[in-house]
Amino acid sequence: MAIGIQTAAYLFASILFILSLGSLSSQESAKRGVFYGIIGMAIAILATVLGEGVAGQVYIIIAIAIASVIGLLLARKVEMTSMPQLVAILHSFVGLAAVLVGFGSYLDPKTQLTIEIDPVNGLTHAEHMIHLVEVFIGIFIGAITFTGSIIAWGKLEGKVRSKALMYPGRHAVNIVLLIACIVLGVLFAQQEGNGGLLYLGIMTAIACFIGVMLVMAIGGGDMPVVVSMLNSYSGWAASAAGFMLGNDLLIVTGALVGSSGAILSIHMCHAMNRSFFSVILGGFGTPAAKGEAKAMEGEVTSLNHEEVAALLKEAKSVVIVPGYGMAVAKAQYPIFKMVQVLRKAGKNVRFAIHPVAGRLPGHMNVLLAEANVPYDIVLEMDEINDDMPNTDVVMVIGANDVVNPSAQDDPASSIYGMPVIEAWKAEKVIIMKRSMSAGYSGEDNPLFYKPNSEMLYGDAKDSVEKILGFLKA
Amino acid sequence: MKVGIPSEIFPNELRVAATPKTVKRLQKQGFEVYIQHNAGVKANFSDKDFEEAGAKIVATAADIYGNSDIVLKVKEPSMEEVDMMREGLVMLSYLWPAQNQPLLQKLADKKVNAVAMDAIPRISRAQKMDVLSSMANIAGYRAVIEGSFYFGRFLNGQITAAGKVEPAKVLVIGAGVAGLAAIGAANSLGAIVRAFDTRKEVAEQIESMGAQFLTVEIEEDGATSSGYSKEMSKEFIEAEMKLFLEQAKEVDIVITTAQIPGRPAPKLWMDYHVAAMKPGSVIVDLAASTGGNCGLTRNGEVYTTDNGVTMVGKLNQLPSQASQLYGNNLCHLLDDMGKADKWKIDMEDAVVSRAMVTYNGKINWPPAPLPVSPTAGGAKKIVPPTAEEVKISDAEKSKKETISMFIRLAVVGALLLFVGKFAPPEFIQHFTVFILAVFVGWQLISNVSHSLHTPLMAVTNAISGIIVIGGLLQTTNDFSNPMTILAFIAILVASINIVGGFVVTHRMLNMFKK
Repeated sequence: MAIGIQTAAYLFASILFILSLGSLSSQESAKRGVFYGIIGMAIAILATVLGEGVAGQVYIIIAIAIASVIGLLLARKVEMTSMPQLVAILHSFVGLAAVLVGFGSYLDPKTQLTIEIDPVNGLTHAEHMIHLVEVFIGIFIGAITFTGSIIAWGKLEGKVRSKALMYPGRHAVNIVLLIACIVLGVLFAQQEGNGGLLYLGIMTAIACFIGVMLVMAIGGGDMPVVVSMLNSYSGWAASAAGFMLGNDLLIVTGALVGSSGAILSIHMCHAMNRSFFSVILGGFGTPAAKGEAKAMEGEVTSLNHEEVAALLKEAKSVVIVPGYGMAVAKAQYPIFKMVQVLRKAGKNVRFAIHPVAGRLPGHMNVLLAEANVPYDIVLEMDEINDDMPNTDVVMVIGANDVVNPSAQDDPASSIYGMPVIEAWKAEKVIIMKRSMSAGYSGEDNPLFYKPNSEMLYGDAKDSVEKILGFLKA
Repeated sequence: MKVGIPSEIFPNELRVAATPKTVKRLQKQGFEVYIQHNAGVKANFSDKDFEEAGAKIVATAADIYGNSDIVLKVKEPSMEEVDMMREGLVMLSYLWPAQNQPLLQKLADKKVNAVAMDAIPRISRAQKMDVLSSMANIAGYRAVIEGSFYFGRFLNGQITAAGKVEPAKVLVIGAGVAGLAAIGAANSLGAIVRAFDTRKEVAEQIESMGAQFLTVEIEEDGATSSGYSKEMSKEFIEAEMKLFLEQAKEVDIVITTAQIPGRPAPKLWMDYHVAAMKPGSVIVDLAASTGGNCGLTRNGEVYTTDNGVTMVGKLNQLPSQASQLYGNNLCHLLDDMGKADKWKIDMEDAVVSRAMVTYNGKINWPPAPLPVSPTAGGAKKIVPPTAEEVKISDAEKSKKETISMFIRLAVVGALLLFVGKFAPPEFIQHFTVFILAVFVGWQLISNVSHSLHTPLMAVTNAISGIIVIGGLLQTTNDFSNPMTILAFIAILVASINIVGGFVVTHRMLNMFKK
């Protein structure tokens, strides 16, 4: 295939990728988006394989075939509650691929300093130097993405302790490691031929370690930020690979993904009222303590399932605020059954989703969609907050910090300023929870102590099923 | 422990201190429940209902007072009833300790530990035991219902084929629990509701219930630390009376709810106010039992004045519902006192120590003051910036932003120049593409609906599998070449990404249904 046609194919693939992401602006067009993406990818791969200088097609076909089977199985089998894990592990694959491609590119004889041998097409000193820097940076980002994503996966899967790992001086250690990498980079760039391989290897090891420590220091509730941040990294890694290979398609696609992940991270941070850096550097609650925390006033009262069902029967307007607890308990199915019963009885039932509910941006929406909840009754926080005073019953299912009134009225609270769902403004708030323990942020929740709120202890799924029983009775 | 519930002997008292539901609850708390024969009849609860709920029926009041550990009652006991009580008995009922000194003395002499439910302090923790609130809620609702009954007209405005009907105007004086309940009820019946209260802080509550807050042009706040209102200055009262006179000429139903604990109700609606009202208007006086807010009110009576105004001085208590709420209040208090197995009269407890008006033979009244109010400490005043200030600060802000934007652009420009000077042209080309792509991505993703963020991540995941191209370009025909092995693995993992990412996104998007 001629270079011109290949470039045109790449351009077309880029356009399809852009359309694919753009289609996600609404549910209706989103499905089209996936097909744009698939076509774009097919075109890109075909154009590459059919292009000049590609060899080993047999291996390529074998690799793609094996991968397709694995990918299909993974995607078919995964439960929606485990989406965050899947996304995290897929990020690690991109990271790994970036590292491998980086090493491959370094070993590639075409990328050596060849101006003396081939004055026409050979690389000049500057070009060679830039290539080495690209390889170095690409591998660095790829390695961090790789191990960071694996740790994120472990944390989401529950294989790694989800609590933030903090040790004194960790920032200093990270900076030292970073400087070490830069020094290694300088040494690496001065080697001729493949002589820098050792430095590259050491740097990769350090970058892997940084990736581990980076994510270890971030607690379970900040996972939406971490996952979208790693998403961003995986894009930058692809972009870096594009630079080292001189491939515009890789650069464009990587940049799209990178900026997408960055926007998501910033969006999540904004929704938690935390700066991006405080999340990345890890640890919650450290910047707080601007005075004494407010003492809790009032008393926690609880209801049983029958009483909750009676309240729901009386209510005209019900808002359900789901959180990660719902995902853990897989309560979305009985919840939708309950919603159906309530809607049949002519009640206005809606869902209120906080941007950081769950462990992945938009996680709750997917879980509810999985349970067949129509998406037009699933509203965002900003859409529903104004309606709260006119709501009879708010059911908080497995959420905590996202309905914490301290965020608005207690400057001493670590989550002060974070936008929250104003559940307490409703007539009655029912909080379904396993126990009285604090939420992820470790902040006590004054909502539980409000006179209009009642606790319903127990597993969310179990509780909803019981309520459903009483509703039908 | 035995809990006893006697019949109420006062003829107009229809309530009973327990219902079958609260009996069940009491048993759950570990109490044995005894109830006097026919105690619940007036509130529509038969002995059979109580027996089914697990209570034992007892023939006489003497059995109840003589054998129980705790007695639950509604009305304050008569002297004869106190005579029947045994020493050490804990009795929960209305007592109105400020008005009933002789009764307190007698209870103390008999060493009865009496809890005055009307003396439960108004703090948030004790809200669930606050009988005044729970009963006032019923009274407020009922005041509107009975008021509209005597009024004999629609409350809502209607335009019918037969002509237009003006909505009724209801004035509620005092926006406590009863007043707010009355406002809510009148509003939902369609009346135009106005409300007056000396406490400025309740204006918002009044408006939230759908009434117009009436106020006088004198700066004085009637709020006190006890949650009740204080008496106001002479000027204030004069202005208030004038306001009422204007209203009297207009409104159709007046509901007065002002009460001060332990004192006769304040006189707010004067004879000349009544005289100014239209014939057919109604005054419902919820303070009738403590003397009435209107001088013409007769407690327990409904009559019509000479100028045709109906004065309502008694209300149906909605006995079965009132009993239920009262019974719940009692249960909550017993809960607080440790239920049966950890039962304790804790005189250190803020609620118990104030409501326990006789204890171990001594009168414990009046209690130490306990200041509590919904907005303790005085709300902070936030001065909203004037329009001009906003303008100025906006202008300054935009100026600052412009400057900082210029600085940033200058830095970026310098960096680009630097790169352009040293980097080979090919790199610059790639770099251009890269930067533009970042901007395109930024714009694109900003439009993505929040609910689709998870599919977005999955699809970007698939797309970032484009790194497979790197692997494709590096494969050679020689599998022993380390480059080929690296490339093979890279293709493998990147392809998993592509296939897995697209399939899972497709699966997810298929789930989104309208």
